Amino acid sequence: MIKVNKKLVVSSSPHIRSIESIQSIMGDVLIALLPAVIMAVFLFGYRALLTIIIAMGSAMLAEAIWLKKKDIFSDGSAAVTGLLLALTLPPAPPWWLVVVGSVAAIIIGKQVFGGIGYNIFNPALVGRAIIVVSWGSHMAGNIWSPPQLFNFSADVSAVTTATVLALPQEALAHSLGQLFIGNMAGCLGETSALALLLGGLWLYFKGHIDIRIPVCYLGMVFTLGVLFGGGTYHSPLFTGLFHLFSGGVMLGAIYMATDMVTTPVTPRGKVIFGIGCGLITMMIRFWGSLPEGVTFAILIMNAVTPIIDNYTTPQPFGRMSNSA
Amino acid sequence: MARMKFKGGIHPAYNKDYTSTLAITEMPPPAKVVIPMVQHIGAPCEPVVQVEKGTKVKVGQMLGDSGGFVSAPIHSSVSGNVTDIGLYNHPCGRKITAATIESDGLDEWDTFRKTARDYKKMTPETIRKAIRKSGLVGLGGATFPTHVKLAPPPDKSIDTVIINGAECEPYLTADHRIMLEHPGDVLTGLKIMIKALGAEKGIIGIEENKPDALRVMEKLCEDQENITVVPLETKYPQGAEKMLIYVTTRREVPSGGLPLDIGVVNHNVGTAVAITKAIAEGRPLIERVLTVTGPGVNTPANLLVRIGTLVSDVIDYCGGLKDETLKLLIGGPMMGLAQPNTDLPVIKGTSGILALTDQDVYLSESSPCIRCAKCVDACPVYLLPTSIAQSAEHNLFSRAEKLHALDCFECGCCSFVCPSKIPLTQLIRIAKAEIMNRKRK
Repeated sequence: MIKVNKKLVVSSSPHIRSIESIQSIMGDVLIALLPAVIMAVFLFGYRALLTIIIAMGSAMLAEAIWLKKKDIFSDGSAAVTGLLLALTLPPAPPWWLVVVGSVAAIIIGKQVFGGIGYNIFNPALVGRAIIVVSWGSHMAGNIWSPPQLFNFSADVSAVTTATVLALPQEALAHSLGQLFIGNMAGCLGETSALALLLGGLWLYFKGHIDIRIPVCYLGMVFTLGVLFGGGTYHSPLFTGLFHLFSGGVMLGAIYMATDMVTTPVTPRGKVIFGIGCGLITMMIRFWGSLPEGVTFAILIMNAVTPIIDNYTTPQPFGRMSNSA
Repeated sequence: MARMKFKGGIHPAYNKDYTSTLAITEMPPPAKVVIPMVQHIGAPCEPVVQVEKGTKVKVGQMLGDSGGFVSAPIHSSVSGNVTDIGLYNHPCGRKITAATIESDGLDEWDTFRKTARDYKKMTPETIRKAIRKSGLVGLGGATFPTHVKLAPPPDKSIDTVIINGAECEPYLTADHRIMLEHPGDVLTGLKIMIKALGAEKGIIGIEENKPDALRVMEKLCEDQENITVVPLETKYPQGAEKMLIYVTTRREVPSGGLPLDIGVVNHNVGTAVAITKAIAEGRPLIERVLTVTGPGVNTPANLLVRIGTLVSDVIDYCGGLKDETLKLLIGGPMMGLAQPNTDLPVIKGTSGILALTDQDVYLSESSPCIRCAKCVDACPVYLLPTSIAQSAEHNLFSRAEKLHALDCFECGCCSFVCPSKIPLTQLIRIAKAEIMNRKRK
């Protein structure tokens, strides 16, 4: 007879699993954001790095304390939330603002709903929304001086301007190329469309983001920018591109609107979600009292995600028109 | 024609190198066989009256049959004495009535061999009768009685017969070797089916990870006007009936329907060979080719094994299991059935015996769903596995039904891709069973 010393494991099929885990996905997102982080430090100096470290650290710590876990990195989702929040902040906000934002993101944005997987709103954006609404004056100032390779000595209070969206006349001062590369004023991670696109491409090839959401979101922003953007640039196409490359649209469309937990799971739902985000973003940009609308556009679409999923359940294979 | 693809699916590690280059070898008839009365989908067989404890039987002698149309008779695979008729372990996990036969070592055949014939001179009706008499069922694993698939209702006409040579389950190579070593029998089997169904054309679909089998079959079918060999994308579950039919004919099997609803019948390569033997030699189905493989098997092999051979004997013949074996499967790793021991017989639907050693055979603790939608993207029939599984977890079975849980054919792609390691397929299975239970009430 066969000698099988151990008891054989009996379980339901399938018996093999992919090696992907929540932790590996979160790790991939962190890697994808690396170009944006490097650009932020390159453009805004060491204060940017400090902001990022404070945000990630306090987010991870808040989660570990809340969950009474010793493993501070755990599944990596708190690190991602902290980093995303940091990238939506001005380069040198007061340290307490960063801590409040991060803790609010983790506790109010995620844990009160039941933790990972159960939150309705994008945690990083909840954190950002709370500090924008509560301490808006600290969010307006931006530091930017033409980059001197890792300008650790830059005087952080010397050059402060608002995001170009706040001052349309400022827009003309920036070439589209400048907007694309990102050497201009703005929040930490949002200024360089190039860096964000690089990371986004990598996430796409890893299969972690569905291309439908960023394409629909950015497509909508561009289209509305072309149609209703007015004459900021001599050509409406340029105006469309200006809207794509400025503000937080790139960061939002590629990394926030594609957040797995808070966006639809159905293919059609993702299209609707992307279009909705683009529409609301541009409505706020054109007519809102805030210069930028990405945060609230995504939060509003997060809220309607369950309804979108409900109404976009796909028809199964074999229920479509039959070609027999 | 541009190569068609189906949506969804996964790319697991195929691990076919263990056995893909090993020729099929015949395992000598064992000293004892256990032949269950259920080896097919449909009405279970009853032991025929002449067979009881102590009866002497010959190879190919009928042991059990059923009056049901959807059923196939069961034959002895050795000559010897029936020593027991009673409940025995079965790959499905339950105990099923089975005849235990001690071989006399003579391998004396029943008289069926005199009935050899040429299919070209037979009518569809006599072909079907001969196939039923031989006890043929789908050898890909589903074990649907073959003659039933060759007898469509009068209101349906079949124009295309598809031979499934995809073999998309990782590890398994039995069909691959059959196509390499018995291509002529595969082709003849296909022609017999075309004749039995009055079909116009035949298609042989083979995954591109078997280029040698593709070459052999393509060369063989070169001068066949109505038969084409179609290379298929290497992707699981390419060999699933609905996917195979879709990519080879662009027709979708209707939800809840059968391939014959769209004029197609689809058979496994092993079945085609068995049909050829059943018609040409009148040979009943008493043996099959299976792959014994996996990191836990000492000498992996593609074996021709008598039906009823105990899995323990097959494994012994392959040098035994390694100590680190943690899981024993009947079938492939995606849809195979895990077994608590090796004391069970090879049946008609046993396409492989797989021994896994990896630690990941243990069910890892699952995390909450992060709604990544990887299961949605992987589902080949466009379901929302996470939503159905969630409904099942909360006993919301009518919601699961509304989410089309019954369209799931349990390929396992959703569980495979889930980063939270949620047993999605298992939960959907629970939902399906409960929905069916409620329907019966």
